[in-house]
Amino acid sequence: MTEQPRSEMRWQRKDLLGIRELSAEEITFILDTADAFKEVGTREIKKVPALRGKTLVNFFVEPSTRTRTSFEIAAIRLSADVINISAATSSLTKGETLKDTAKILEANHADIIVLRHSSSGAPQFLAQRLRSSIINAGDGAHEHPTQALLDLYTIREKKGTVAGLHVAIIGDILFSRVARSNIFGLLKLGARVTLVGPSTLVPREFEKLGVTVSHNIDEVLPTADVVNLLRIQHERQRKEYFPGIGEYIRLFGLTKDRAKLLKPDCLIMHPGPINRGVEIDSDLADGAQSVILDQVTNGLAIRMAVLYLCGGIAT
Amino acid sequence: MSATIIRGGRIIDPVNKRDEIADLAIVDGRIADLSAIRNPQSEIDARNLVVSPGLIDLHVHLREPGFGWKETIESGARSAAAGGFTTIVCMPNTSPVADSPSTIAWIKDRAADKACVNVLPTGAISKGLLGEEMAPLGSLAKAGVVAFTDDGRCIQNNELMRRAVEYARMVGLPVFDHCQDYNLVGNGVVHEGYWSTLLGLPGWPRAGEEVIVMRNALLAELCDHHIHCQHISAAGSVRILREAQARGVKITGEVCPHHIALTDDAIQDFDTNFKMNPPLRTKEDVAALLEGIADGTLGILASDHAPHARFEKEVEFDAAPFGITGLETELGLFLDLLVHKTKTIGLPRLIEMFTVNPARLLQIEAGTLSPGRAADVTLIDPELEWTFDASASQSLSRNTPFDGWKLKGRAVRTIVGGETVWSL
Repeated sequence: MTEQPRSEMRWQRKDLLGIRELSAEEITFILDTADAFKEVGTREIKKVPALRGKTLVNFFVEPSTRTRTSFEIAAIRLSADVINISAATSSLTKGETLKDTAKILEANHADIIVLRHSSSGAPQFLAQRLRSSIINAGDGAHEHPTQALLDLYTIREKKGTVAGLHVAIIGDILFSRVARSNIFGLLKLGARVTLVGPSTLVPREFEKLGVTVSHNIDEVLPTADVVNLLRIQHERQRKEYFPGIGEYIRLFGLTKDRAKLLKPDCLIMHPGPINRGVEIDSDLADGAQSVILDQVTNGLAIRMAVLYLCGGIAT
Repeated sequence: MSATIIRGGRIIDPVNKRDEIADLAIVDGRIADLSAIRNPQSEIDARNLVVSPGLIDLHVHLREPGFGWKETIESGARSAAAGGFTTIVCMPNTSPVADSPSTIAWIKDRAADKACVNVLPTGAISKGLLGEEMAPLGSLAKAGVVAFTDDGRCIQNNELMRRAVEYARMVGLPVFDHCQDYNLVGNGVVHEGYWSTLLGLPGWPRAGEEVIVMRNALLAELCDHHIHCQHISAAGSVRILREAQARGVKITGEVCPHHIALTDDAIQDFDTNFKMNPPLRTKEDVAALLEGIADGTLGILASDHAPHARFEKEVEFDAAPFGITGLETELGLFLDLLVHKTKTIGLPRLIEMFTVNPARLLQIEAGTLSPGRAADVTLIDPELEWTFDASASQSLSRNTPFDGWKLKGRAVRTIVGGETVWSL
């Protein structure tokens, strides 16, 4: 289905820190590589020896279940040895610095460190200091590159191309690393992007990134080829940002009525975890237009591709 | 009698309206009439150098008592001397906080014992810098502080600030304020704008400073007393100060070198040596600061020298402490940027902003070369091209974004009370 010819490029990066630093060619190369790994997932024996003998550390300083699990399964399928460290089980709780904890991991010969961290820039911080391959599994409100890659992959898989599509990203953009990585990736691959949400969570400053900002979801939905709904993150938002969930649903929720405005072939995406009945009606999340579970499956292929490419560079 | 003559330099002494090539006499640690000297014991060749009143930096963190691994009064004073400063004013955010006469006495004792330049302490406005209760301003004044400030923190309670300024008027000392509205700034770590949006770092909006500068303008007027706004970073703050000063309100502002040398795009690699409070802002803000310097709205230059150990700074960006060292790069940066590159002001104005202006604010006998005054003198080579090497700094800390910067102009000799305490 891909329109771009398979690239002849050689992968050069030991780290995947964000989408902003990648070229369109690099993004396409990862998606093409994921195609091959997606096929592996359909085999009887789902394991390949690509990373045999390599040690991968899932270092999750901020809680996550789905991303950590996805990376773990991806690493196991590539035959890497995997250990999981969470904030609660690391020495960070004893006051050890991130640098020291990471140096310990490196001294234990961790080849690949998958980092989830609440501080923007934490993966850059490690990559500047360690020889290990650093994969960003989400840093603060900065980037979540593998999520954007799996979103791009899913769009390309369903629509044949990303270029020329109109993608609406709806919800809490300000605090969202998923939004930022998606914006960078979608624009690089030639999509048109509209951000939708309350003015406090979608500041105008985003227009400088090359996207359109709208506070009226009903005007945006009819022309969208893809709607990507972001979780409203109650835990991060102080009460100053919006009056409450009821008003949010009224102004921005993808209700059944609103869904009638969508083109019949518009994809409904969500990075999860979903607040059913808040940003999206529960039935719509499970409906025919929803590709939410495809995103999860594709996430595995994307993460295998990323680990394979970056893990192959690491020394 | 010990007598020294500084020969052939360009003496710039704004208070006495002097700008001429001449000799300067020092007798027994004081500036003297040339005619007083018959046989000088020593001579200093100052040809091609500027002979300036000793420079004053009224915004320095010396970290003692309590944080001696970052800086000591001794090392901070050495760093000041190497930067051309003969007098520095230290901030009260130490441990214990400088909110009691005993802590002030400790700082003064330590400075008398260890510091090679004049160290003048400030006292806290509020007890423990907590912004809740007024510190004993009268007792602090008797103990020898030169100003009151909660620097590093900002009193949010406008009523407490009003009463403190009113009380400070009785005591006769100025109030310095670090202007930051806590609700507007929240957990902001960088200027709120394009780069904070792109990098997903919590934003620190201009309005978080401007609203407090405006508050201070209103309170300075209400109390008819001097409030000095520290490290002005935002364009709007300059406008507010200009307007208030035009109406005769007793309010001033200071500028730090990093706020004109750098803009917020410098944070994109998450290097914490570019993290300071208030944060680096935009080209428009830099232009407004330069305009404020040019028209005199911003009359004082300062470093906000804020040393931190490497292990403290080498952490995640939002977890790192704010601040950078600055004493040794300050004069070079301002000469290079204000006098040479942007030609915002000439050398005499620069010296005024480093000497007589802070001296007047602090009401101290410094900042001039009048006969009889303590012989605090800085010799400056305004044309000297040099490269700053952080590893050779006199400070205990190395948290500077200016390592390796090529600058034009620096101090080559620092004289305190007639004694050379540092020379290149």
